[in-house]
Amino acid sequence: MELLEKNEQVQTELLRHFENKIEKGDSIEPRDKMPDGYRKHLIRQMSQHAHSEVIGMQPEGNWITRAPSLRAKQILLAKIQDEGGHGLYLYSAAETLGISRDEMISQLHSGKAKYSNIFNYPALTWADIGAIGWLVDGAAIVNQVSLQRTSYGPYSRAMVRICKEESFHQRQGYEIMAKMMSGTDAQKEMAQDAMNRWWWPSLMMFGPHDSESPHTGDAVKWKIKRHSNDELRAKFIDKTVQQAEVIGLTIPDKDLKWNDATGHYDHGAIDWNEFYKVISGSGPCNHQRMEHHKRVHAEGAWVREAAEAYRAKQEKQLLHS
Amino acid sequence: MTKEEALYKYSLKMGDNALVHSYRLSEWCSNAPLLEEDLALTNFALDMIGRAQAFLTYAGQVEGKDRTDDDLAYRRSERLFTNSLITELPNGDFAHTIARLLFVSVFERYFFTALQHSSDTTLAAIAAKTLKEVKYHATHATEWTMRLGDGTSESKKRMQAAINNLWMYTGELFETDEADAMLQGLNIGVDMPPIKENWLQYIKGTLAAANLTLPEDTFMQTGGHKGIHTEHLGHILSEMQYLQRAYPDAKW
Ligand SMILES: [Fe+2]
Ligand SMILES: [Fe+2]
Repeated sequence: MELLEKNEQVQTELLRHFENKIEKGDSIEPRDKMPDGYRKHLIRQMSQHAHSEVIGMQPEGNWITRAPSLRAKQILLAKIQDEGGHGLYLYSAAETLGISRDEMISQLHSGKAKYSNIFNYPALTWADIGAIGWLVDGAAIVNQVSLQRTSYGPYSRAMVRICKEESFHQRQGYEIMAKMMSGTDAQKEMAQDAMNRWWWPSLMMFGPHDSESPHTGDAVKWKIKRHSNDELRAKFIDKTVQQAEVIGLTIPDKDLKWNDATGHYDHGAIDWNEFYKVISGSGPCNHQRMEHHKRVHAEGAWVREAAEAYRAKQEKQLLHS
Repeated sequence: MTKEEALYKYSLKMGDNALVHSYRLSEWCSNAPLLEEDLALTNFALDMIGRAQAFLTYAGQVEGKDRTDDDLAYRRSERLFTNSLITELPNGDFAHTIARLLFVSVFERYFFTALQHSSDTTLAAIAAKTLKEVKYHATHATEWTMRLGDGTSESKKRMQAAINNLWMYTGELFETDEADAMLQGLNIGVDMPPIKENWLQYIKGTLAAANLTLPEDTFMQTGGHKGIHTEHLGHILSEMQYLQRAYPDAKW
């Protein structure tokens, strides 16, 4: 009885320690005591983030073999590799919370874990590679820059590393668009078409409006989330509109206009029906992306088993020698 | 044949080998059995694109017709590609990709070790840089050959099948023609027989260590260096060259 009480005291003490650290803005490290809800929230968010990096390799990978120059192929391949690397850092960072990569992958396959909705749209033309780098990575950066100060140490450090590479991706994507906009009529048309298709889904990447967002409460209290969805979306729109203008692309929103009072652009209504439709699995590529990931994972099982068997044999030999 | 013509052919062949092999490796993107391997294989593809750029640029320079690396990669037709057939074969399963990487990268390791002493300073410089990369490719392929050969009964079966299926494409790697002979005579090109000897020793040793069997000597496929390819190359080119062909006036 006494022991239990003592244990409880210790737990309360540790939790107070956690809250103090959050209060002061210190980072939380894997060995620190943390509330269950905090751990769960982070596992959900970080695994979703890791899965997004990995699933995002599919639409871009779709264009590697067709990249129109050796340099373009090199840049694209290197970018996709970076994304895979981001997936790896994030899986490792999430593992510090007591979940394995295998578990995270099986949660992805069961539908329990999500990935970014944006990758449920198809990459149809070469201009989509420009649009993805510029808009999708551009939106991701805004989010990730704000996560550099997130309260969980391994997550925030992963973000610092990732952000450096993401800004390259954004610039390279923009360069593709700029090149096409200074090219032939067919290229310009292709670029504008990609812009038209990727603009709204990119805005949706920031999630529902603040008034609707169910997770804002705890995540804000725990300093996991440092800025609201709408703040981040506004930041993205402000920087992107100017970039579009410079190269002659039109933002496909007739209600877009500068608002002197707020110091931001006002934008037209986002089609949240589409957002929820895609989130619930009815986007153009949801099925394709998941089936692909599952098939590759299943087809590769014999290779992972062989590597494991070989490792075990080597270990045994070492033990006996 | 002039020295320039021989040098053009020689550089082109090395450029095409790197370009086509990189194409196949890049197809593993999002398709590898584990994420680490996805990154490794596409990283090798990236090395090979760099190598293709270097050799094709040089081929364009010695040809003297103002053709760039991209012109040579994207505007030549099937019969003008001179890569070895083994590089263009479809990936097959992971064991086939590893077997090809083993055969080709071990060859390249010995080949570029020799070529770095070429009297042609450009070839020597590209070879020295390439050597660092292919050493790594060869080590990676050797390690996986061990794992698969000595892993499970299934992996052993698959690895042996891959070795057997690809064996008939290995002879072509060592073929030489008039251009090779001329450049070797000028201390520009590589003397092939010792390369083949070293390669065979290495492959023998690796297969033995991995509990795999060296295939019987068999009929060897040939033709790639003369532009007589498998049916697969045409499909690679129609995909790879599609944008350049569809929009000939566009710059990307
Ligand atoms: Fe990323
Ligand atoms: Fe990125």
